[in-house]
Amino acid sequence: MLEVKGLRKVYSSGGREVEALRDLTFTVDNGDLVCLVGPSGCGKTTLLRCVSGLLMPTSGEVRVGGRPITGPPPGMAVVFQEYGRSLFPWMNVRDNVELPLKQKKVDRSRRRQLVDTALDAVGLSGAASAYPWQLSGGMQQRVAIARAVAYEPETLLMDEPFAAVDAQTRADLEDLVRSLWQRLEVTVLFVTHDIDEAVYLGRRVVMLSSSPTVVQDELVVDLPAERDQLRTRADPRFVELRTRVYEQIQLAKRAAAG
Amino acid sequence: MDVLKKIGSAVALPVLLFAGWFLLSDGSASFYAPPLRQILTAFADTWQPERLRADVAPSLLRLLAGFLVAALIGVGLGVAVGLNRRLRAVLEPVLEFFRAIPPPVLVPVIMLFAGIGDGMKVIVIVFGCVWPILLNTVEGVRAVDSVVLDTARAYGVTGPARLTRVILPSASPQIAAGLRQALSIAIILMVISEMFASSNGLGFAVVQFQRSFAIPEMWSGIILLGLLGFALSLVFRLAERWALRWYEGLRATRRRAG
Repeated sequence: MLEVKGLRKVYSSGGREVEALRDLTFTVDNGDLVCLVGPSGCGKTTLLRCVSGLLMPTSGEVRVGGRPITGPPPGMAVVFQEYGRSLFPWMNVRDNVELPLKQKKVDRSRRRQLVDTALDAVGLSGAASAYPWQLSGGMQQRVAIARAVAYEPETLLMDEPFAAVDAQTRADLEDLVRSLWQRLEVTVLFVTHDIDEAVYLGRRVVMLSSSPTVVQDELVVDLPAERDQLRTRADPRFVELRTRVYEQIQLAKRAAAG
Repeated sequence: MDVLKKIGSAVALPVLLFAGWFLLSDGSASFYAPPLRQILTAFADTWQPERLRADVAPSLLRLLAGFLVAALIGVGLGVAVGLNRRLRAVLEPVLEFFRAIPPPVLVPVIMLFAGIGDGMKVIVIVFGCVWPILLNTVEGVRAVDSVVLDTARAYGVTGPARLTRVILPSASPQIAAGLRQALSIAIILMVISEMFASSNGLGFAVVQFQRSFAIPEMWSGIILLGLLGFALSLVFRLAERWALRWYEGLRATRRRAG
């Protein structure tokens, strides 16, 4: 279980203090897929960096499986928004996916198997020897997802992973994330600014306020587990849920402006 | 065909210059600027195998030793300085001071404690060409993308692997630029150090010819130095292109994308 308790983060530079996160508390159950959605500039990335152990919060804490996080925990994989910068251009696709496994001291044959399975799962078995920069944006993000999957994480964090790809690629990647989540029984925390994406993907949606950020609202997405880009998005219940999320986000923005 | 054209346009001007020199100097009666015909004859007579062994080989070995030691020190120290802000603050003024000293001025000083042997020459070469390597390495290491570093941390790529698989490859294009500059400095310092005090080497040979009024031989030594420098930089460029082919590809892709 992933627990975020009273998380607060204040950046200070040159005597000026900026409160990015004010007071965030939420939990993600094991095997759940929770989408965090909020207006742009609401500190989503700060939150994700705190959860992944890359950034120390000013106060409050993040616990994974009951243990407080003080640095990147071993069972956690992160997919960053900037796929072009997060994949190492000096390594080919296979080496990119394999490097974290080498660090985990996974033996060679098992590594090979994990990399092949992961690349296969994202539909890139043919591109193992290509360099990331030879691939399209969507394919690069698939490599980043394969790297996360091969890592065999208990928790998968995704920071607006599809913000920079085109709409059709995005739909494909959303379905890929859903199917991987169902197959691997991994806990997923998915950060996005896209309301439709949050409702389509998530089993729960946590809405954030504008910065300084608090949890605005939470809802359970009671849509069937089998989702489909066409039918799910046309489902009246989907429309209802997305309207509710939309209203909350608007409310948050107005509160910030007022 | 393309390759032939490239080679053609690369050698056209040198051939023209050489031909011009040859024709214009043909009737020269000047003792100090003899006809090129005479210089070329002297070239063939002078640079016989035993002379290459006696003068060129020691020069090249000093050059190579100095360059390699400078590369080790430059990259090693550069990585340390680039990664450590405090070290940078302490060392930078000192480094700027040492860098401002023209290396040839140190030859008499180094001679005092290192004698006139190979050690002195290697030290002079190291002292001169460590700076571009060091400074470029510092810049390259400091410029490593923050997302790359976050990715490495999140996936447990720490310790030696962080250095060898992430930081050094990422900085390698800039390190190579420093090495390339250092190579030409190394050739200059090789010659200068041999001119001061030596019993063999290319610089020594050229000075010897000049002092004994063997003018065509002196010119042939200068031509040999030019050819040597050209060959070394060609070898370096080929090695660089091979080692950094990922970088070339990445840059070409970025150019295409605009």
